[in-house]
Amino acid sequence: MIELENVAYSYGGAELLSDISLKLAPGSFHFLTGPSGAGKTTLMKLCYGALLPTAGHVRLFDADVRGLTRDDVAMVRRRVGVVHQDCQFLDHLPVRENVALPLHVSGRSQEAAGEDLNDLMHWVGLTKRANALPPELSGGERQRAALARAVIMSPEVVLADEPTGNVDWDMSQRLLRLLIELNRMGKTVLVATHDLGLIRATKTHVQARVLRIANRRIQLAGADL
Amino acid sequence: MRRLAKRLSRVFASDPQADRVVPPSGFTAQLTLFAAGAMAFLAVFALALSLASGRLAARWGDELGRSATIRIAAPADQQQAQTEAALRILETTRGVQSARAFTSEEQAALLAPWFGTELSLDALPVPQLIEVIETSGGMDPAGLRLRLAAEVPGAVLDDHSRWRAPLVKAASRLRFLGWTAIVLIGAVMAAMVTLAAHAALAANAQVIRVLRLVGATDDYIAQAFIRRFTLRALSGASAGMVLGMLAVLLMPRGGDETASFLTGLGFQGWHWILPLVLPLLAAVVAFIATRLAARRTLEELS
Ligand SMILES: Nc1ncnc2c1ncn2[C@@H]1O[C@H](COP(=O)(O)OP(=O)(O)OP(=O)(O)O)[C@@H](O)[C@H]1O
Ligand SMILES: [Mg+2]
Repeated sequence: MIELENVAYSYGGAELLSDISLKLAPGSFHFLTGPSGAGKTTLMKLCYGALLPTAGHVRLFDADVRGLTRDDVAMVRRRVGVVHQDCQFLDHLPVRENVALPLHVSGRSQEAAGEDLNDLMHWVGLTKRANALPPELSGGERQRAALARAVIMSPEVVLADEPTGNVDWDMSQRLLRLLIELNRMGKTVLVATHDLGLIRATKTHVQARVLRIANRRIQLAGADL
Repeated sequence: MRRLAKRLSRVFASDPQADRVVPPSGFTAQLTLFAAGAMAFLAVFALALSLASGRLAARWGDELGRSATIRIAAPADQQQAQTEAALRILETTRGVQSARAFTSEEQAALLAPWFGTELSLDALPVPQLIEVIETSGGMDPAGLRLRLAAEVPGAVLDDHSRWRAPLVKAASRLRFLGWTAIVLIGAVMAAMVTLAAHAALAANAQVIRVLRLVGATDDYIAQAFIRRFTLRALSGASAGMVLGMLAVLLMPRGGDETASFLTGLGFQGWHWILPLVLPLLAAVVAFIATRLAARRTLEELS
């Protein structure tokens, strides 16, 4: 689905990531970890076409990102649900419409009226806040809304960048359970997180691989976690 | 052209949700409306000016161009003979349809404004006038002048072109300036919409980023802006056009032929349809300007 081959990336200075090869197979569950500033967010951005690699090849759904037009990138984003580290919303629209936004922009507005949206809002515990504006939400509520928005299109791949950064342990467990549920339905999941406890807790429910960024490279972490 | 029409029709097929993704913008929207209205108002006048001066140029060119006058100033005893000689020459001149000496009553009528009706012309050495009507092909005034000089020493040919030409030229120039003004008004309108669209796009950079992240195509995003500006230009220009037409309609009418330039500043016959096209033109201009601005901006933002 998403394939990186000898990828390097630099924001202009020294290389931040070097010689990264990675393959997210359909139905797999990966964690991405590493110290702050290691390049987790950068790697995620390479995976949904927000950044182009400075060397090597990134293939999204079997197409090289360098060959994608802007419309192609838009289409890729409908198949990849992304939870951004800095959740951004349309601040003038209520949460409910923000969650349904991917449906609207892809011409599937009629689905926004369906039960699925209500179920999803319920799942992330935002039913009561559905009509609030995003700036009125707490940090954790924003992250839950971002996760709901990422999965509303029922995407093939879910990329979540620190989805539990601002929520308590119970809520982070619930969010992770939602991701595990999606993975069981066959979705490919990649979660970037610092939280080793969360990784350990998840590994009891799902077979997850842990990737660690260290020294600009990516390593498969051992079973020691 | 057909593609443009299709795109334009999409602007009017509303998608209320697509409109809502971009936050409403109060003040700049009013400015765009106002500017479009003012431009349409001015365009109505420029149009009226162009059409009126066009009519004038055509009429003067037509009426004056086809007639000439010969003045015969000779001693009283030779006047009759010279007049007949001139008429004979005219009969054999190519391009002359007819020629006719004014009767003394007609000459008296022409002079009445200056001398009053009491004066008898017989007492004055008034030159004899001959009216020459040309064929549509026109005659050769220089050739005629040579022949007259040889046989009718007292004859002076006035083919009106001396004072006609600058008038017709001025009227044509005025028409040209009118059309130039319309083109300039359209260009200013395009510049203004481009500026407003750029401002709107810049103010909504965050909105555009979010939309791109959730999979919106450039077309979808641009559409929200294009629709706004096109509709604003259309409604603003419609209001301006109506006001402009009312103002033209309320211009005082009447007066004689010579004053007709001022009092004839208006629309005649089917020309009344032309101003109705202005709002549509404004909408097309706004559509294209916003589309170009949106495309450029969206490609800069990743
Ligand atoms: N747009 C940018 N321009 C220049 N440098 C950048 C840019 N974005 C990130 N960086 C730098 O690249 C490095 C990696 O950033 P990145 O956001 O990928 O780290 P991260 O692993 O996600 O960190 P965290 O765990 O804190 O989220 C950082 O040193 C950061 O300062
Ligand atoms: Mg990060």
